Amino acid sequence: MATVLDFEKPIIDIQNKIEELRQLSESSGLDLEDQIESFEKQAEDKKKELYSTLKPSQKLQISRHSERPKFLDYVNLMCEDFIELHGDREGMDDRAIIGGIAKFSGKPVMIIGIQKGKSTKENLEYNFGMPQPQGYRKALRLFKHANKFKMPIITIIDTPGAYPGIKAEETGQGAAIAMNLREMSKLSVPVIAIISGEGCSGGALGLAVANNVMMLEHAYYTVISPEGCASILWRDAAKFSDAADALKITSGDLLEFGIIDEEIPEPVGGAHTDYEATAKSMKDAIDRALNKLSGMSPEELRNQRYDKFRKMGQFIEM
Amino acid sequence: MSIQEWFEKRKEAQIERRAKEIKGVENDAPELWTKCVHCETQLLKTDLEENQMVCPHCDYHYKISARKRIHQLVDEDSFEELFTGVKPTDPLEFFDSESYADRLKKAQAKTGLNDAVITGIAEICGHKIAIAVMDFEFMGGSMGSVVGEKVTRIMEKALELKIPMLAVTSSGGARMQESALSLMQMAKTSCAAGKLDEAGILYINLLTEPTFGGITASFGTLGDILIAEQGARIGFAGRRVIEQTIRQKLPEDFQTAEYLLKYGQVDIVSKRRNLRKTLANILEMHEA
Repeated sequence: MATVLDFEKPIIDIQNKIEELRQLSESSGLDLEDQIESFEKQAEDKKKELYSTLKPSQKLQISRHSERPKFLDYVNLMCEDFIELHGDREGMDDRAIIGGIAKFSGKPVMIIGIQKGKSTKENLEYNFGMPQPQGYRKALRLFKHANKFKMPIITIIDTPGAYPGIKAEETGQGAAIAMNLREMSKLSVPVIAIISGEGCSGGALGLAVANNVMMLEHAYYTVISPEGCASILWRDAAKFSDAADALKITSGDLLEFGIIDEEIPEPVGGAHTDYEATAKSMKDAIDRALNKLSGMSPEELRNQRYDKFRKMGQFIEM
Repeated sequence: MSIQEWFEKRKEAQIERRAKEIKGVENDAPELWTKCVHCETQLLKTDLEENQMVCPHCDYHYKISARKRIHQLVDEDSFEELFTGVKPTDPLEFFDSESYADRLKKAQAKTGLNDAVITGIAEICGHKIAIAVMDFEFMGGSMGSVVGEKVTRIMEKALELKIPMLAVTSSGGARMQESALSLMQMAKTSCAAGKLDEAGILYINLLTEPTFGGITASFGTLGDILIAEQGARIGFAGRRVIEQTIRQKLPEDFQTAEYLLKYGQVDIVSKRRNLRKTLANILEMHEA
């Protein structure tokens, strides 16, 4: 049985009733189809209602769902002939960031993403989607490769943040992210970034200086995790729900602030309930964005990307 | 005994003498004296000020305000402040135990600044330079829209005037109260640093106590030359966060300027009193 999120309990209750009715119908021979159908409709309606009025903290739960599709799922569902390109050429292949060349709608692209696992074993391999400096440097190497061979770049981002560790600090975690921000602004090819799950802090931004930034419906994007924010400002990590509200982390909020260009809809019940539908939704959005950007010259692409980020921020000028 | 040692001995003797004197004057004029926060020696405040807010006894470098930093680094009367009209707002209507709007007002009253950075044009030993200096006293030197905008504008000014750029950082990172808008300032300032890079304009970072998070992960480490002030702590993640994540004790000197030098993350570690000369030399050697 799939992991159940606490706010989904009303749906599960109805589904349990349906199951009971089915068993009763089988054992007693009574025809309960009408009742079952009515409950099924009730469950569907309840689900739609719940998923259209999600609170930020509930989106947070969905974005972190262990069965939510991960980067490699999207690669498999959206691309053909993916060839992974490994390593930073300086002694490490960070598994939290995976990248390579693939065919996307028949054309070659560079696709790079932050990979999380679905099990403890996988999560240990991918370091829970927390990249080290070497991961960002591998990504930069691949960005430059794409630039050299004029391939559009697609990044898919799902991270609780860059890894806070001793070696990460000693090898320049901050500097590695900073370098990506700077160098991404210079790329002459279309760059599309998608926040697919957790878009937490500089660790997410390190792959997101793009011409077009999109977000899955229940993903979140923020300067600090709601837990981190709550422990600093509320002095209590348990207040993360308040922090999630205050930080304005949802796709709707970020559209309003002009930080993302588009929200990509998820199936009712979240991406984890239907991988194919989610991947199709994402692929359509990327196709549209690529079409729009494909007519632009390298200069126009660079300028559009620079101007986009140059304008961000809100202040008063006297 | 070398002359240097003799001077130091004499200085120590002076400090001791004054420390003894204090017993008599402490109650009458406490505002004249202060105890070093590091070695706890009693110091005359004027001595500390004259020594650029470095303890004459133990060499502890105090955090200093942006104004003081500018005063110490640049030629007298050479600083022309720019972009003073850019002021913060509260786009998210952020509220925790206190509203962001109130926190801003308090920080403004406390520091006399609009926000956590001062930007302008100045000269260092006659070398014209664009500078951005952060002030930790203003909400931990955090970067929101105003800091991002002013840093970007001064970089654009350096680009326009074709003069070197110096960023002096002192910050806990991006400002939480502006959330993703703050995050985007990392991208904005880094893109601007990219323009300087492409134009071949010298960009110097002076990292001072403390420089963390969104600053090291953006314009704070993108300089051609990285100078860290002695004793400054510099890093991406905070010490506590790392300890909680890896459940290990960290080395005592972890994330200090000296530690970063050992691991090849900064070019130079400098005492405060040598900064101006070092900067002047670097500027001179990069003049075409």
